[in-house]
Amino acid sequence: MEDKKRTILICRGTGCESAKSPQIQAALEEKVQGLNVEVKFTGCHGMCQQGPIVVVEPEDIFYAHVKLRDVPKIVESHIKNDEVVERLVYEDPTTKEKIPTYHDIPFYKRQKRLVLRNCGQIDPENIDDALARDSYAGLGEALKMEPVEIVAEVKKSGLRGRGGGGFPTGLKWEFTQKAAGDVKYVLCNADEGDPGAFMDRSVLEGDPHAVLEGMIIAGFAISAKQGYIYCRAEYPLAIKRLQIAIEQAREHGYLGKDILGSGFDFDIEIFHGAGAFVCGEETALITSIEGNRGMPRNRPPYPANEGLYGKPTLLNNVKTYANIPLIITNGSGWFADIGTENSKGTAVFALTGKIANSGLIEVPMGVTLREIIYDIGGGILDSKEFKAVQTGGPSGGCLPESFLDTPVDYDSLIEAGSMMGSGGMVVMDEDTCMVDVARYFLDFTEKESCGKCVPCRIGTKQMLTILEDIVEGRGKPGDIDRLEELAHGIKIGSLCGLGQTAPNPVLTTIRYFRDEYEAHIYDNACPAKQCKEFISYHIVDSCIGCGLCRRNCPVDAITGEQKELHHIDQELCIQCGECYEVCPPKVFSIEIHTGEKSTEPEPVLQVVTG
Amino acid sequence: MDKALETIFSQFEGKREEIIPILQKVQEEYTYLPEHLMEEIADFTHVPGSDIYGVATFYAQFRFTPTGDKIVSVCRGTACHVRGAPAIYEEITDQLGLEGEGTTEDQKYTVETVACVGCCALAPVITINEEVHGDLTKKKVRKLLKKEGRKNGR
Ligand SMILES: Cc1cc2nc3c(=O)[nH]c(=O)nc-3n(C[C@H](O)[C@H](O)[C@H](O)COP(=O)(O)O)c2cc1C
Ligand code: FES
Repeated sequence: MEDKKRTILICRGTGCESAKSPQIQAALEEKVQGLNVEVKFTGCHGMCQQGPIVVVEPEDIFYAHVKLRDVPKIVESHIKNDEVVERLVYEDPTTKEKIPTYHDIPFYKRQKRLVLRNCGQIDPENIDDALARDSYAGLGEALKMEPVEIVAEVKKSGLRGRGGGGFPTGLKWEFTQKAAGDVKYVLCNADEGDPGAFMDRSVLEGDPHAVLEGMIIAGFAISAKQGYIYCRAEYPLAIKRLQIAIEQAREHGYLGKDILGSGFDFDIEIFHGAGAFVCGEETALITSIEGNRGMPRNRPPYPANEGLYGKPTLLNNVKTYANIPLIITNGSGWFADIGTENSKGTAVFALTGKIANSGLIEVPMGVTLREIIYDIGGGILDSKEFKAVQTGGPSGGCLPESFLDTPVDYDSLIEAGSMMGSGGMVVMDEDTCMVDVARYFLDFTEKESCGKCVPCRIGTKQMLTILEDIVEGRGKPGDIDRLEELAHGIKIGSLCGLGQTAPNPVLTTIRYFRDEYEAHIYDNACPAKQCKEFISYHIVDSCIGCGLCRRNCPVDAITGEQKELHHIDQELCIQCGECYEVCPPKVFSIEIHTGEKSTEPEPVLQVVTG
Repeated sequence: MDKALETIFSQFEGKREEIIPILQKVQEEYTYLPEHLMEEIADFTHVPGSDIYGVATFYAQFRFTPTGDKIVSVCRGTACHVRGAPAIYEEITDQLGLEGEGTTEDQKYTVETVACVGCCALAPVITINEEVHGDLTKKKVRKLLKKEGRKNGR
C-alpha cells in the first residue's frame, strides 16, 4: 500500500499562496518524510476560489480549501491508509455533489487546455519538470527548420494574436522577418492591463518556459538576438518565476550563445512596467522601454519596421508565444483543426464576477458564451438572474441574455458590439447596475488616458461627467444622445486603441440596456437597486426586533424596541446597506425600494404593531 | 552622495533607457521618490530634472511622499468592482480615518487603489504589503485591520 509511489501537488499561484499554501507545502513535506511520496508545488489550476488546492497522484484526487490543520489527516488517511479524505474533496458549488477525481470536475471536463497545458502540473521553478513534459522540444525542431519555414507554419496554423486585436500572427512574423536591418527585437507583452483579468499572470507563474520557448523560436525566425518581456510590476511572483526560468534556460543552453549548437544567439531580459494601462498598447510599450512617458505614437510605421530603438520589432502577447511550441511540434494542421473557420485554437478566459465557479479556463474557439457561463462556470452565483457578460475589458462591451448563444471567436464578438480582448470575462447579475458599469469603465479610461490626443483626453472626461450625473441623480433628457455623439467623435478622432475603443462599454450598455439609463434619468429609479441616490431601505413586518440592524447602523437611523418591529428614519439614512447585510437571512426583513425619491419621508412603516 | 543611492547607481551605466528601472530601485529603497534624489538621478543620466519628473509622474507606481509602515492596496478592477469593492474601500478608509487615498496621521498605514491585483477569482481583493487577502466582506476587513493593528502594537 504505502510503497506505492505518490506525488502530492500543492498549488502556489498567487491566489493559493494568499491562503497559506507555502506553509501547507512545508507541513506536508515534514509529515511525509520516510514515505514514498514526492511533494511538489505547481502554478495555478485556475480554480482559485477553491484554494488552497492539493492534488494527489496517481489517484488524481482533488482536495479543495485545504487548511494547515488538515495536513495530518491527508497523510494519515490517504497516504498511509489509502482512504480518501471525503470531507476535503471538491464539492460542486451548485449541485453540492462531491467529486473526488480531478478530471471528473465539470469545470475541467469541458475545457481544452493547450496554453494552460502545464499550469498546475509542473513545478514552474524547476526546468526538469518542464522538460519532462516536452518543453523546448519545439525549439529543437524549429532550429532544424529554415526561418521562412517557421513563419510559413505559423501562418498556416491560422494563429491570431491573443492580446486582443487578433491580428494574424504569421503575417506579423513575416513582416518583421522581411524588414531590412541587422538588429531586430522580440518583445513579449505581459502588461495585462485589463482590470479583472489574470490569464497572462497565471501562464507566467505556472509555465514560464512555454513563453520563453515561443520567444526564442520567434527570435530565430526573424533573426533577432535580444528579447524583452514587459511585465507589470503588480505581478511580483510572475517576475520572480520568469527570472528563475530565464536563468535555468541559460544553464541548459536554451538561451545565450550558440543555442543547442545551432550557432544562433538569443537572450531575454525582463522589463518591469510601472503601472500605466496605456503601456499595453504596442507603441507606448516600446516608448516606455526606451525610458520615456509611455505615450503611443501614430502608426505607420508599424513596429515590424520601426520599433524598439527604431529597429524592426516583433511584439506578441504572452499567450500568443505560449501557443508557438505546440504549433511547431504538432504541426500547423493539427492547430488549424481546433476552433472555427477564422479563429483557430483555443481561447483563455479569466471567468469572474457573479459566477459560481470563478477561475481561469481554456476552451476551443467557437463554444458559446452559454456553455462557458453555465456548463463550466456553473451558472450565476446564489441562483440570481443573469444580466450581462463583459468581455474585452475597457475596450469591450456588455452582452445581454439574447447573445448567450454567440460563439466565442474574434469576429462574432465584434459583430455583437464587444470584442475578444485578452481574456477577461466578467459576469453580471440582476444586482449589477449597467449604467454604473459604464461609468466604472469610463472612470478607468479617463484616468488612464495618456493625454496626448484631445478627443480621448477631453472626450472621456465629458462622457464620464454625464455618466456620473446620471448615476447620482442629475441626469437630464438628452444625455443619452449626448453620450452617443461624444462616443462617435472619440472613436474616430483618437490616436490609439485606448481612445478608439473607450466608448464601447457605454455604447453597448446603451444599445442593450437603454431602459436602465432611462429609468435613472426619467423615473428616479435604479432597476438594479445599486445607485444610492435612487434607493431607500425599509423594514417590513417579518422583522423580529432582534436589534442587529439598529446596533450596526453607523448613523443611528434605526429605532425600535427589542422584539418589536424596527423602523428606519429616511432623513438620517445614508443608504450604506449595513442593515441589509446584517439582517439574518432567515428573517430577511429589509427591503430596498427604488423609484421613490429616497429623501422623501416614508409613511407606511411608521405604524407600530403591538 | 547617499550610500544607498551610490549602490543603486553602481548597477547602471547612466543611460536614458535606465531611468524607469533606476526610479523603481530608488523607490524600493526609500518607499518614495525624495525630491533631492531626483536631481542626482538627472545628473547621473544626463537628462533634465524636469524630464525625470515627467517620466515619474506618468506612471502610477511612483510616489512623491513617504508611505506609512503598511501599504493597503484596494483593488478596483472590474471583477472586484462588481463584487463590492467600493464598499470595501469605504470601510477601509472609514476604519483608518482617511477621506480617500493617503497616509494616516500616525504614519502606520497608506491606503491606495490599484487597477487589478490579478486575483480576480477571489474578488473583492486587497493587498497589505504585497500579501493578498481575498473574498472580503466589510466584516472581514474590520477583523483584518484589528489583527494588523495588534501586530503593529496598537
Ligand atoms: C490601450 C491598449 C491596451 C492594451 N493592452 C494590452 C495588454 O495588456 N496585453 C496585450 O497583450 N496587448 C495589449 N494591447 C494590444 C497591443 O497593442 C498589441 O496589439 C498586442 O500586444 C499584440 O500582440 P498579439 O498580436 O500577440 O495579440 C493593448 C492595446 C491597447 C490599445
Ligand atoms: S479585479 Fe480585483 S484582483 Fe482583478
